[in-house]
Amino acid sequence: MAPDRWIKNPDADPSLDGPGTSGVPSAEHMVRGLRQTAQGEGLVELLSPEGELSSHPDYPLDVTPDLLKGLYRDMVLVRRFDREGNALQRQGQLGIWVPLLGQEAAQVGAGRAMKPQDMAFPSYREHGIAWCRGIDPTELLGIFRGTDHGGWDPKKNRFHNYTIVIGNQALNATGYAMGQRFDGLVGNNDPDRDEATIVFFGDGATSQGDVHEGMVYAASFDAPVVFYCQNNQWAISEPVETQSRVPLHQRAAGYGFKGIRVDGNDVLACLAVTRWALDECRSGNGPVMIEAFTYRMDAHTTSDDPTRYRLADVTEAWKMFDPIERVRVHLTRSGWADDDFFASVQADADELAARFRAHAVGLETPPPTRIFDHVYSSPNPQLERQEREFLDYLEDFSDGDGPDASSGGASLAGTAAGANAVGGVL
Amino acid sequence: MTTSEKASEQTADQIRADVAAEIAAIAAKPITIAKALNMALRAAMEIDDKVLVMGEDVGTLGGVFRITDGLKKDFGEHRVIDTPLAEAGIVGTGVGLALRGYKPVCEMQFDGFTFPAFDQIISQVAKMQYRSQGAWQMPMVIRIPFGGGIGAVEHHSESPESLFCHIAGLRVMSPSTPADAYWMLRHAIELPDPVIFFEPKRRYWEKGVLDTSVDPGTIASSIVRREGTDCTVVSYGPSMPTVMKAATAAETEGRSLEVIDLRTLSPLDLGPVLASVRKTGHLVVVSEAPRESSITSEVAARITEEAFYSLAAPVLRVAGFDTPYPPSKLEELYLPSLDKILDTVDRSLAY
Repeated sequence: MAPDRWIKNPDADPSLDGPGTSGVPSAEHMVRGLRQTAQGEGLVELLSPEGELSSHPDYPLDVTPDLLKGLYRDMVLVRRFDREGNALQRQGQLGIWVPLLGQEAAQVGAGRAMKPQDMAFPSYREHGIAWCRGIDPTELLGIFRGTDHGGWDPKKNRFHNYTIVIGNQALNATGYAMGQRFDGLVGNNDPDRDEATIVFFGDGATSQGDVHEGMVYAASFDAPVVFYCQNNQWAISEPVETQSRVPLHQRAAGYGFKGIRVDGNDVLACLAVTRWALDECRSGNGPVMIEAFTYRMDAHTTSDDPTRYRLADVTEAWKMFDPIERVRVHLTRSGWADDDFFASVQADADELAARFRAHAVGLETPPPTRIFDHVYSSPNPQLERQEREFLDYLEDFSDGDGPDASSGGASLAGTAAGANAVGGVL
Repeated sequence: MTTSEKASEQTADQIRADVAAEIAAIAAKPITIAKALNMALRAAMEIDDKVLVMGEDVGTLGGVFRITDGLKKDFGEHRVIDTPLAEAGIVGTGVGLALRGYKPVCEMQFDGFTFPAFDQIISQVAKMQYRSQGAWQMPMVIRIPFGGGIGAVEHHSESPESLFCHIAGLRVMSPSTPADAYWMLRHAIELPDPVIFFEPKRRYWEKGVLDTSVDPGTIASSIVRREGTDCTVVSYGPSMPTVMKAATAAETEGRSLEVIDLRTLSPLDLGPVLASVRKTGHLVVVSEAPRESSITSEVAARITEEAFYSLAAPVLRVAGFDTPYPPSKLEELYLPSLDKILDTVDRSLAY
């Protein structure tokens, strides 16, 4: 429900002017807009929460048993290592974890829609996209244990580094897509070679200037970029109503391109719509915006406490729309998968979690010299001097009386505490 | 090997050939800093087809200062890009283009309009190489016409260079002559690191001769502009001509000033300054930027650390006040002047 402070004129007659005529929306218009924003109207859906399969005239998808089983496996494995990340943080092995619980379908659907030549620009919750881009989940751990700022090769996987400043990546992705166009790799009617870019952000990011400017630039330069908003309805403690009066996908109309709202808990719909959108971009008809309507089932990060700002009842209700359960139901009911399949996926998931855990615990603190690496592409006398002086300083403690920084992994507790301190901001 | 890599492999030889031809064509005729910058952009774009120019009004208009004049006509709208009016967008899409293998040269229309792009510059441009552990480089130049003395309204006369010098990962440069403007911009575009290139807009129309004997490899380091024995005066960018005039005036009073142009503000090259201070024992640092936490602060601190026993006086400074830039009728009082410099030299020598 809209806070009273937003109702500028609560006594106004709802039959009077609406938005676009007087410029001042009536209370009724505002409330209607807020309801539309908060509730998932106009969703593209292919697999209902009850596991019923349907088709959509605009977003066709050839649903085979292998496809659905593959997506099921992806989602189960992604959820499993995500839960392990939470557990590792609780046990002090990670400074922070950013859970994606509830968003498995939104991410696996979009991730599996990409072609190898496509480029992804993630925010920082996109562990499921990373998985689909072939990044081993262990490569994500350095950020959250504090041993690096990103441990994967962004070029090889065509998966950019996580971007923590909200919305920055919308512009970077748009520029990259402009480059794809300047390179002549868009609109050649060659789907195996033509490229597209997809950028991931949340409902909170839609308020950022960078997302707005990204959409302006993408439209001005016909950039082949899909703006993929995972509307999980919460920006830490702020509900999506704080960000927008209208459903987010409708914003695309203002920039002059198509916006689609998809059931973000339906992996088939996310796959079909994203594949369509990427193909539109690669054939020169971009950009496209997708709003994947979902729900953040866990905290914003492990540093967050959602009990302070939202009712557990709502989260409980969203369990009815679980992205994995509906796929399991359909696979079972249709006879496409048997118990052995589900058991083998579970075994794979447990094995991945164990490997994930072992890797996290074994991640060593990098040497002190790492502080100075890769600031510039060539030696910098100023930095070289600071590094030399610092190493000399550390050398003075080489008798074992070292300061924390020279004692390697022993400082993990400090690292975790430090990361916790900033976690609330992330 | 990509086409771009092949191109850059040939770059060094081509640069010399091109530049020789360009310089021969204009012979010893003096050119303005504006023209030198325009020539540098043109040469860089001719040599490497990955070099793009982007910004507001840089295309058909040629930029509000005409630095990009004629480039769109010759290189097309995909290489000289008139962007929507959004500075974060210019830099933020420039980042994406750089990731894609392009070398964007972004123009900020005025110093005071850089700040909408500040987030992208600090969060992405400066840190991309570090946070990706070298997987990405950020070969990008952001040109900013800066400084006062042009009688402009507010937000058009600022000197924000220290803000950028404080950000690890950025290189910061400011030329003071047409020859440096040309060579330093060429150098900045070739560097794989991001460069914030501060152009002294008040000096755009001052003329000088393009020096053919410049070694592009050393163009970024500080340089002794005038030798002297009594006091070292260090400056950069728009204040340099004022400092040179002060040195000439001082000579008539029997004082010999050694003048050093920093040229690159980050990372600072203080080698020539140290050598000079060891000789003169006196140092005055001149900049029109506000004094606190500035280039002048940094030079003073470092010289004090490294040449304490050579100093016969504390390092003194001539700088802007720690106020917002004043209305233009007051700006000549705010800016470093010949008299302010001479007065400060006198104070240093009187210690």
